[in-house]
Amino acid sequence: MRVLSRQQTQKVATFLITTVATLVVIPVLLIILMIFYNGMSAISWEFLTQPPRNGMTEGGIMPAILGTILLTLGTAVAAIPLGIGAAIYLAEYAGDNALTRTIRLAIVNLAGIPSIVYGLFGLGMFVLFFQFGTSILAGSLTLGLMTLPIVISTAEEAILSVPQAFRTVSYSVGATRWQTIRHQVLPNAMPGIITGIILGLSRAIGETAPILFTVAAFYLPNLPTSVFDQTMALPYHLYVISTQVPGMPLQVQYGTALVLLLFTLSLTFVATMIRSAMRRRREW
Amino acid sequence: MATYEEIEQTREDTAVSPTPRRRNGRELIIEGLILASGVSVIIIITLIFLFLLKEGLPAFTSQPISTFWGRRWYPIEETYGLLPLLAGSLLVTVGAVVIAVPLGLTTAVYLGEFAPDWLREILKPLIEVLAGIPSIVLGFLGWVALAPLIQNMGAPTGLTAFTGSLILAYMALPTIISITEDALYAVPKEYRDGSLAIGATHWQTVWRVVLPAARSGIVIAIMLGVGRAIGETMAVMLVTGNAANIPELGLGMMFQPIRTMTATIAAEMGEVAQGSTHYSVLFAIGIVLFIITFLVNSLATRLIGGRPKQRGAQL
Repeated sequence: MRVLSRQQTQKVATFLITTVATLVVIPVLLIILMIFYNGMSAISWEFLTQPPRNGMTEGGIMPAILGTILLTLGTAVAAIPLGIGAAIYLAEYAGDNALTRTIRLAIVNLAGIPSIVYGLFGLGMFVLFFQFGTSILAGSLTLGLMTLPIVISTAEEAILSVPQAFRTVSYSVGATRWQTIRHQVLPNAMPGIITGIILGLSRAIGETAPILFTVAAFYLPNLPTSVFDQTMALPYHLYVISTQVPGMPLQVQYGTALVLLLFTLSLTFVATMIRSAMRRRREW
Repeated sequence: MATYEEIEQTREDTAVSPTPRRRNGRELIIEGLILASGVSVIIIITLIFLFLLKEGLPAFTSQPISTFWGRRWYPIEETYGLLPLLAGSLLVTVGAVVIAVPLGLTTAVYLGEFAPDWLREILKPLIEVLAGIPSIVLGFLGWVALAPLIQNMGAPTGLTAFTGSLILAYMALPTIISITEDALYAVPKEYRDGSLAIGATHWQTVWRVVLPAARSGIVIAIMLGVGRAIGETMAVMLVTGNAANIPELGLGMMFQPIRTMTATIAAEMGEVAQGSTHYSVLFAIGIVLFIITFLVNSLATRLIGGRPKQRGAQL
């Protein structure tokens, strides 16, 4: 004999599933609320615009904010040309052959390599072999390579979503393949490509492991003046002040976490906005 | 008489589809660059592996390989047994999977099958937000808020394998949820309709029809979640206590401090002399991590199978 009827099972299952989904969502809300609630009081004009003082327990985090902005720009410069190029190749040129399969396998695996391994690679290749030293250049290149797979897959998807008819019409009025890509495909795919780039950057700037040995500085009194300088950066700064500096006020730690979170979340937000605006405006 | 579909088919078959005009010299160069960026991806991953080998291989020649199979990681005495680190990574990852898989699958089923539309519109962005929280922020919260909580529950310390697993589980959740949801979405509507039509309840349909049909996608979701968990560094470094011991087997295993391979690299690379044995051993750990994640990801890709993407969306 069955203990529960089918209808009762249905009710119990729905209840349990809803409960578990709630269990997943509530900690996410808690995490965000905790950071905002505890971090807000640390945020002030001084906190955002002044360098740290008094063993980093006072003053602001301006050098770390600036460093993160510089690294974001550097990452973008490193990842965008190669990423879009590879996406165009995969979407428009690649045939169904061994080369294409190898490229796709490489992309999946690049996306799966642990960030600390990117850090080791950056140390071995950019810092030591190319002798860039621990520098913004080495850090940006390392983060750029790490971002590459996200940029490629989202850009490829955006290019593939441009209707085939656009290409056919372009060819029929005598355009070459590249003219078609340049003037029809890319402009229509651009919002999607930009979304992908921003999402990739938002992941990259929150990363600590890849910049540990390639660029991040514990404390620098002076701002970087060239790409061969080290810089402070928000994720590493948060790591340092929460574990390495005794007597650090909790408020400053939460404040730094909040600024970092605002950086990545606002980028994610902008990307989502572009994506939904694009969906609404799209005429095909 | 020919049906409408047949006429359409004939029309499509006989239509002349325009081909691009021949390219000029400048375009040859541009297209060469595009091909080069495509191929560059293969070059990059090869370079990553070669540089890990270049810096890491001396570790295997400077001492007998059997040292790595030791039970003690004690760099000051030049003792580099990797077993404690492997055990630490394994324990934290398995713990994360045990927590994340049931939560992730259930949430995906809820989002895909049960949640009302308005709620889904709220929950999905929230999951994306979770994916966007930097690991150091989660690690920081684990360190200042979660670890004291776990210690209050009676553990000798709050910095344990369990703390790491819990945080890793939430980091792997967005991956598991979104890929499982895609897999559920890909199950043909006819399957559900057929099941509901013969009188199955919604739950029976999900449990007996939709989930089995989506199982390969679910396996991939779990594997990619594992890949994400095993490579995580900063969060586990902050919350697992950094003790390179082989945990004693038993119930309390999850509530001991451990240390993972990733955390070892991050914590010690800053202090070693470049070119020393310790330095190359840390790179050798990088090689191990590279190979593990490469195998997991390649296997997941094989499972997804070579379904070629259609070039250009259809109108």
